[in-house]
Amino acid sequence: MKIVVLVKQVPDTWAEKRLDPDTLTVDRASVDGLINEMDEFAVEEALQLAEKHGGEVTVVCMGPEGATDAYKKALQMGVDKAVFLTDPALAGSDAVGTSYALAQVLGTLEYDLVILGSEASDARTSIVPALLAERLGLPQLTFASKVEVDGTSIKINRQTDYGHDVVEAGLPAVVSVVEKINEPRYPSFKGIMAAKKKPVQTLDAAAAAIDTARVGAVGSWSKVLDATVTPPRSKGTIVTDEGSGGVELADFLATKKFV
Amino acid sequence: MKHPGGAAARRPMTDPLDLLDVAFLLGQDERDIQRSVRDLLADRARPHIGRWFEQGHFPRDLVPELGALGLLGMHLEGYGCAGTSATAYGLACLELEAVDSGLRSFVSVQGSLSMYSIHRYGSEEQKQQWLPRLAAGEAIGCFGLTEPDFGSDPANMRTRAVREGDGQGDWILDGAKMWITNGGVADVATVWAQTQDGIRGFLVPRGTPGFTTRDIENKQSLRASVTSELAFDGVRLPDRARLPHARGLGAPLSCLNEARFGILFGAVGAARDCLQSALGYADQRVQFGRPISAFQLTQRKLAGMALSLNTAMLLALHLGRLKDAGRIRPEQISAGKLNNVRAAIEIARECRTILGANGVSLEYPPIRHANNLESVLTYEGTEEIHTLVVGQALTGRAAYR
Ligand SMILES: Cc1cc2nc3c(=O)[nH]c(=O)nc-3n(C[C@H](O)[C@H](O)[C@H](O)COP(=O)(O)OP(=O)(O)OC[C@H]3O[C@@H](n4cnc5c(N)ncnc54)[C@H](O)[C@@H]3O)c2cc1C
Repeated sequence: MKIVVLVKQVPDTWAEKRLDPDTLTVDRASVDGLINEMDEFAVEEALQLAEKHGGEVTVVCMGPEGATDAYKKALQMGVDKAVFLTDPALAGSDAVGTSYALAQVLGTLEYDLVILGSEASDARTSIVPALLAERLGLPQLTFASKVEVDGTSIKINRQTDYGHDVVEAGLPAVVSVVEKINEPRYPSFKGIMAAKKKPVQTLDAAAAAIDTARVGAVGSWSKVLDATVTPPRSKGTIVTDEGSGGVELADFLATKKFV
Repeated sequence: MKHPGGAAARRPMTDPLDLLDVAFLLGQDERDIQRSVRDLLADRARPHIGRWFEQGHFPRDLVPELGALGLLGMHLEGYGCAGTSATAYGLACLELEAVDSGLRSFVSVQGSLSMYSIHRYGSEEQKQQWLPRLAAGEAIGCFGLTEPDFGSDPANMRTRAVREGDGQGDWILDGAKMWITNGGVADVATVWAQTQDGIRGFLVPRGTPGFTTRDIENKQSLRASVTSELAFDGVRLPDRARLPHARGLGAPLSCLNEARFGILFGAVGAARDCLQSALGYADQRVQFGRPISAFQLTQRKLAGMALSLNTAMLLALHLGRLKDAGRIRPEQISAGKLNNVRAAIEIARECRTILGANGVSLEYPPIRHANNLESVLTYEGTEEIHTLVVGQALTGRAAYR
């Protein structure tokens, strides 16, 4: 089985993040980058499936030049090879542009299964998996907490408020995973040392036949017009319950449009 | 001249524990290995370590996980070992000891005393039999040199192995070893004994008739590590249990040098953890209307400890590079152990004072590290003996014998 796992490099979740005032995108230069946490679960799932059914795992990453930590971590965990898509024209792509670019890269590869995390900790849109599946014309099995592959079909559990749905499809398919699915391995020392020798193919937009008018800040369907820093937390209102506490709480929630 | 690091120099200091940016001197693999150890321990060990220490619990379940990572015998080649640099091994010890010296002790004994003794002095059959299992953490090893009556002076040990049948038959081993890390949980013990031809080493599997162990229960240091007494009462061993390439006291001493190398990195980890907790505490704790970190005396303590921690780290890294270049000398390892363990124990005690009464609680790490470091100061050559080793290197005169 040939599996492609998609990973994204994000700013360290623990570091203080800020938006670049000029481009209104996340300032990636001032903080350390690392693999999006949810993507580690995707990598782990890909590795476990390959270990169980045999096959090969390729990691695909799109990011600015030098943002190599994410795919390197995947290689250290045991993925066989990497494809890194980097091009200045891609900077500032929204989810629509990103899914197009990734679909173009996938067009250059052979695969039975595409796995990715269900959200990235920086943008948190959670829509790339679905967009990507649409573009590839493949079944989408999103928010998987369990994956089973049986010959030519795939079955997942999708966590819901009331339990889980079992969703089944034929291969090839696109699966996005949630954190519940497994426990990602720590890169072993042998894995770390072996990763350096694994093949990495670097592509620019042209090499992946990407129409640069459809990506980057220019090609994005959404646009960030303005950004303001979250105001420091102000002191909350204390409601003393004198019989009308419940009503006051409900009123408060209503003003915040929660009810 | 253009400085490529100019931008980095203008970036604010991101890690107060790495005042001198020693991390800059590490290679990418070394950083990644260090990070992998840190991440695993942050999830699997750090949340529980205070309780393990208090209850005198050795986390045996963790051993296969350490093995899967590649930590056990990591700087050895082949037989399932990872084959990293010595510096990477040191950095792993640093992260282990930043959690607890007991965990680092386990790894030191497993990798540098048990596995190293087999790797360097064992027969091919012994290596095949033990090293892959020890590397994977499926088996545990220990190393018995110290005896109840002989610690700093192992040359006079009393444990004895006598060969039957005109020097052709089995060996009969009698005696006792004391203060043996991992003793009670070990599947195989490397045991050093006097023979007619001088000191020799033997591999004694757990369960060999006449071989018993008893754990030392009341120690107030390294409580998350097992320390035991080993007793040998007419233990019969075939000659293939002997380590064929070990001749004389130099063999066990060479193993100790390997382990000490890990210790001189490890101590830096314990000190870093103490300083990290003291920095955090000093920032939160308000007295006389301001954080205690704003008082000059607290800052003097913190600054002094940061200097000492960072110079210890530079020393460790320097010795790591010497070892990787194949040119480290025993007295240099002595100098490193002497300086870094001494620095670490001073830092642990000083951090304890910053935490005030909370400093004596196991809720915070300094008192645990301080207690642990008492053992680290003593084992693998005491502070006094290492001082005299350095003295001998300087003067050519051995003052300790
Ligand atoms: C927790 C723990 C784990 C251990 N694990 C192991 C293990 O796995 N395997 C093992 O073999 N051993 C182990 N040891 C034993 C350790 O190596 C010895 O304790 C150490 O070598 C010191 O020996 P001793 O305790 O007998 O002290 P002694 O040798 O009796 O020394 C007592 C004091 O006298 C000083 N002294 C002795 N001789 C001289 C001299 N010539 N000049 C100046 N001062 C001197 C010493 O420095 C020390 O301060 C462990 C010890 C501890 C505490």
